[in-house]
Amino acid sequence: MASYDTSDIRKGLKVMLDGNPFTVVEFQFIKPGKGAAFTRTKLKNLLNGGVIERNLRSGEKLEPANVETKSMQYLYKEGDSFVFMDTTTYDQVHIPDETIGDDANFMPEQIVVEVLFFNDRAVGVTLPNFIEQKVLQTDPGFRGDTATGVTKPAHISTGASVSVPLFINEGDTIKIDTRSGEYIERVARA
Amino acid sequence: MSEQERLAARTPALRARAAVTRAVRDYFQGQDFLEVETPARVFSPGQEVHLEAIPAGSGRHLITSPEYHMKRLVAGGLPRIVQFCRCYRAEEDGPHHQPEFTMVEWYRAGGTLDDLMRDCESITEAAARAAGGWPRVPVPASRRAEHASDTLSLEGPFERATVRELFRRHAGVDVRGDESEFEMRSLAAAAGCQVASDAAWDDVFYQVFLDRIESHLGCGRPSFVLDWPAPLGALARRKPDDPLTVERFELYAGGLELANAFGELTDPAEQRSRFVEEAAVRAKRGRAVYPIDEKLCKALAHMPPTCGIALGLDRLVMLVTGASNIREVMAFAHDEA
Repeated sequence: MASYDTSDIRKGLKVMLDGNPFTVVEFQFIKPGKGAAFTRTKLKNLLNGGVIERNLRSGEKLEPANVETKSMQYLYKEGDSFVFMDTTTYDQVHIPDETIGDDANFMPEQIVVEVLFFNDRAVGVTLPNFIEQKVLQTDPGFRGDTATGVTKPAHISTGASVSVPLFINEGDTIKIDTRSGEYIERVARA
Repeated sequence: MSEQERLAARTPALRARAAVTRAVRDYFQGQDFLEVETPARVFSPGQEVHLEAIPAGSGRHLITSPEYHMKRLVAGGLPRIVQFCRCYRAEEDGPHHQPEFTMVEWYRAGGTLDDLMRDCESITEAAARAAGGWPRVPVPASRRAEHASDTLSLEGPFERATVRELFRRHAGVDVRGDESEFEMRSLAAAAGCQVASDAAWDDVFYQVFLDRIESHLGCGRPSFVLDWPAPLGALARRKPDDPLTVERFELYAGGLELANAFGELTDPAEQRSRFVEEAAVRAKRGRAVYPIDEKLCKALAHMPPTCGIALGLDRLVMLVTGASNIREVMAFAHDEA
């Protein structure tokens, strides 16, 4: 792959730094008095999400990161891995538990996620920001308990527990923010 | 945003800009300076390695700075001159840069860098008062280090620190000014900075400066950075007691680089040889090479010991209004012209 230089830097550009793939989050032109121009660049590590800042001198070369994302459907859990299917080619891949991590909490079967590949190896998934799930189990709320801010746990099909308002019943469908794990609203009653 | 909305949003900053300009003019008048004007289209727009001039027809370029002509005026017998001057630099476009901007440049024959530092302290005070924010000015998040205060006091005297002290304090390395390029690259590695294996002396210096030092400058109070290594002072004279450093300072305040001053080099032979060296570096890096300004070289022989300084007026207005982008203090940025 041809290499980039600092004039190619754009938000979302994927480059290699210190052997890891990064995506450009922010960049700006800077120039110290009497010195060369630099591009102050904020980059996110695609493997661990860590954000770093680098001052790249104008003309400096950057290696493109061999990364791509594919839309894949989560099929089922098998042993220590999750099985996904490419929605266009029907190819299947196994992604180990440790790669999915806490995302598994909000990854019900059949959901379509973005899978990130680095050097053709799946290294992470991005869930949709919101999912809608049926509440499988929750204790009944007490009648008359109308205090705001009071919540109770509700369990969904992935096994995760979500803090929900007391009026939520088993069988209700709720909307959850997958980034924070927070309850957003009830979308359907049981 | 429509042009009407944009200009309406900028009007308070434009009023502040006019008030600041007036206050700075008043200061120089009170100090008995002569306000001058020099040509915008010149044959030698400056030999600095990292500046690119904009062609202006008939073999001329727009000035990147008025310094050559102003020095000819000093050599011609005008000891205290100031200019409010549009300058033009190709390829400079960022939150603190525009390809067309306003410089306040002044010279004091017989003066010292200390005199210029006191000028800077007085001018920032006058500017802040004119904009209605004395002594504390707001510092937006984009211009300050994490956890740094969101206001800055402009009360003098400002901090004074040498380049060598700052490198020791913030990067843990000692820079003298006579290192080879190889030694500079090992020094950068020791400071935890990454530089290319063929990086030039000044590029290595600025990599460490930007990575380790710049964010500390001018946070608690404005800061003069003094005594620059000799390779970074093309038009500055060497310090008599330390030939590895030159008489130069930069002023930093609230994340902005505001001004650069030189104890001016007045030795025509040395100036000429530095111009020749810079032209060679420009040629090597594939940059346009401009003719050497022989009129300037000739004039230097008649120039008394002089200190000179350039201060960015747009950035001064940013400082006292708390702007995060230079556009906010200009009626028309280059892409709005």
